[in-house]
Amino acid sequence: MLDKIKDFAADFFVTGDPLIYGADVSIVLVTIAIVFVLTYFKKWGWLWREWLTTVDHKRIGIMYLIASLLMLFRGGVDALLMRTQLALPDIPFLKAEHYNEIFTTHGTIMILFMAMPMMFALFNMVVPLQIGARDVAYPFLNALSFWLFFLGAMLLNLSFVIGGSPNAGWLSYPPLSELSGSPGVGQNFYIWGIQISGIGSLATGINFLVTILKMRAPGMKLMKMPLFTWSVFSTCVTIIFAFPILTITLALLFIDRYFGAHFFTMDGGGMPMMYINLIWMWGHPEVYIVILPAFGIFSEIVATFSKKTIFGYKSMVFAMMIISILSFFTWVHHFFTMGSSADVNAFFAISTMAIAIPTGVKVFNWLFTMFRGRITIKQPMLWTLGFIPCFLIGGATGVMLAVAPADFQYHNSYFLIAHFHQVLIGGVVFGYLAGMYYWWPKLFGFKLDEKIGTWAFWLWNIGFYVCFLPQYWLGLDGMTRRVYTYSWDTGWASLNFISTIGAFLMGAGFILQVWQIVYSIRKGERDTTGDPWDGRTLEWSIPSPPAHYNFAVTPDGSHMDAWWHVKQQLKAGIKPPKQELEPIHMPKNSAVPIVMSTFWFIAGFGFTFGWNWMGISGLIGVIVCLFVRSFTYDVDYYIPVDEVKKTEAKMGRAI
Amino acid sequence: MNHHIVSPEVHEHHTQEQESMKMLGFWIFLVTDVILFGTLFATYVVLVHNTAGGPDGKELFELPGIVAETFILLTSSFTSGIAVLQMQAKKVNGMIFWLIITALLGLSFIYLEISEFVKMVHEGATISTSAFLSAFFTLVGTHGVHVSVGIGWVIALMIQLKKYGITTVTKRKITNFSLYWHFLDVVWIFLFTVVYLIGVM
Ligand code: HEM
Ligand SMILES: [Cu+2]
Repeated sequence: MLDKIKDFAADFFVTGDPLIYGADVSIVLVTIAIVFVLTYFKKWGWLWREWLTTVDHKRIGIMYLIASLLMLFRGGVDALLMRTQLALPDIPFLKAEHYNEIFTTHGTIMILFMAMPMMFALFNMVVPLQIGARDVAYPFLNALSFWLFFLGAMLLNLSFVIGGSPNAGWLSYPPLSELSGSPGVGQNFYIWGIQISGIGSLATGINFLVTILKMRAPGMKLMKMPLFTWSVFSTCVTIIFAFPILTITLALLFIDRYFGAHFFTMDGGGMPMMYINLIWMWGHPEVYIVILPAFGIFSEIVATFSKKTIFGYKSMVFAMMIISILSFFTWVHHFFTMGSSADVNAFFAISTMAIAIPTGVKVFNWLFTMFRGRITIKQPMLWTLGFIPCFLIGGATGVMLAVAPADFQYHNSYFLIAHFHQVLIGGVVFGYLAGMYYWWPKLFGFKLDEKIGTWAFWLWNIGFYVCFLPQYWLGLDGMTRRVYTYSWDTGWASLNFISTIGAFLMGAGFILQVWQIVYSIRKGERDTTGDPWDGRTLEWSIPSPPAHYNFAVTPDGSHMDAWWHVKQQLKAGIKPPKQELEPIHMPKNSAVPIVMSTFWFIAGFGFTFGWNWMGISGLIGVIVCLFVRSFTYDVDYYIPVDEVKKTEAKMGRAI
Repeated sequence: MNHHIVSPEVHEHHTQEQESMKMLGFWIFLVTDVILFGTLFATYVVLVHNTAGGPDGKELFELPGIVAETFILLTSSFTSGIAVLQMQAKKVNGMIFWLIITALLGLSFIYLEISEFVKMVHEGATISTSAFLSAFFTLVGTHGVHVSVGIGWVIALMIQLKKYGITTVTKRKITNFSLYWHFLDVVWIFLFTVVYLIGVM
């Protein structure tokens, strides 16, 4: 019996590596610390009522933000481990197998569990406020989406200490990801972690699309919407078309692994190439899903900090819609080298290059907006300015990659690694950080410190170029991606060493940002006006942080830059008409989202290990939760006028 | 809590607004389901000839059973439509009656489908026999799972109808259900054509 348990434990827990022991210890310590603090300060009830069961989009946004910053840390540590291993030739720091696992989890976590949730954080924190709504279309579903994402992410992260991590790359091509290539549980963790959180992402796409279509303030026509909201709109449309493809692709891979089917196997008539087509039909749009909101963020920030209406509003909207459509017609550029005919390659090369046109339009519009504007450079603007050169280089190298014949040279080289990090970090991470700095005072009521932030900005930026510029040359020199070591006679040592220094500079930048947050919680400049940047859109018309009902009275959305318009009117002595308060209709909290997601987690964990009893119990739990929700009819309540008055008075607003 | 602080009319107005929003969301959900099935159909079409020496559709499919399934599913779509008509006529009992018929038809459809699958497995045509059969079982099975979900759903809705009668909320739920049910019907027509008819040809 004891032997059996020992065998099981040896199989179940990943052991034998100091990194993993370190992770074990820190997981245990952090858990103990959290439990202790919550118990000591008697905060369990508070945590449950105010956060874990909340359906308030602002709180859900904050939870997304925290989770994504944690994942940025985890993915960043992975990145530093890899760069350490590659700093010099023949370093015996990570073994080949280990290196494979780390680049796989790094890529997966960064895109799906860092970029996506940071994007959803901004959706949640901003969109309802910006369109003058009190909530999203489906608050309950919104909470469910968050918990699905969170528990899906935890499932994948667990693979590091239990069972073993996936190692087939972030898109896990077969036959490597098939049972024959990855017999362990790592690949199952990957499938279930992404599948569970992917359902959440799809639901968020639907949720915000309907929110934007149906819940805009009176008078706000579609062509009066702020550009960030427009970017969310185009992103949601893309999500709705792309994510079902991912769902099916992962499901088919799982069916192959679990039931011995032959979709993508090398035998039995399976076609690995089918997988590669399918995964990129999701994967390429996915890249645009994460970049489009960044375009929206820059548009807001550039307008606000130049004190001008955005230049070329209509062309901005049009460009975003074009990009989201074109993103579906470019996927083949990820495998130009895999033997499609020249015509096919030409079509996809041209469609890929075509995306540069609307993107260029956007960059010019931002520049024209800044031109002759009264520019102030605060944190959000700083990151926006850092983004522009970065994205231009990334775009240019992207067009180089899109030249199909040339791609035979760049394919799978470090040139490619440098290119996509240039867009993903320069575009997505810088963009979302700009957004975080911009809307932070709205959600938390204080600004993040400028001085520490500026240091962090320069560390990130300089680190970025130091890290990735050498990689273009490494790529042209013949260094391929996913190699865990190389020898002295390749001549790659010095460039790799420089690149690693850059990576650590970015790491230092991240640490400074954490310090910036901690410092600002205590000493940051408080936002008493609700409008710290002299903003233009509706979210700046209410106090910071907003009351949980957002707007005491429904705002008027019939002017472009609605809040700016009100401010101009006030300056001219025209007061907006006084509105009567009414009881406010709000959704009730619910425990179902977190419980149901936990059951999903249990199901995923069970199927990962092939324990059907556990997987099926998890699914039954999910079904029970669905029934419970379906039978709940008492889902909303009203905030009485008196209470609204009191809350507004407390925030310094007389109504 | 606090429902009394607004008049019933105001509350009803909010409810109606929300219910119409939920309908829109459901339509969009159906769009995602279309893409989901579209991807499965595409996979099937690509893999249909990869039988790896195993049996193909011509040897396996027996049209009479499939035609019966088709007939049953179409009828159930029709009966769910009658249920909606009963709803508009505000007749709860009639509605429940027709929904029961719908659920029973759905159950018999599932029964026939499972027997068909079992028979094929006994003949040695399993999901792991060939890529063609993997795609076949997954595509048809996904539709079957959808139908089963629909049956569970309509049972829950009938209980709610008994309890609350025809309200704004139950009306929306039933409308969405019937939408879903018709949608599955349409998917089946495609399945019937692409998989079975072309398969035996
Ligand atoms: C913060 C600094 C970062 C550094 C130093 C870094 C470094 C690296 C390294 C060394 C690799 C492996 C290259 C190879 O050997 O093939 C890699 C792969 C990758 N990185 Fe990053 N990375 C960073 C940030 C990010 C971010 C922010 C994202 C996405 C939003 C990202 C997405 C990816 C992806 C998708 C891969 C490919 C994984 C695979 O080959 O399967 N990285 N990164
Ligand atoms: Cu692409």
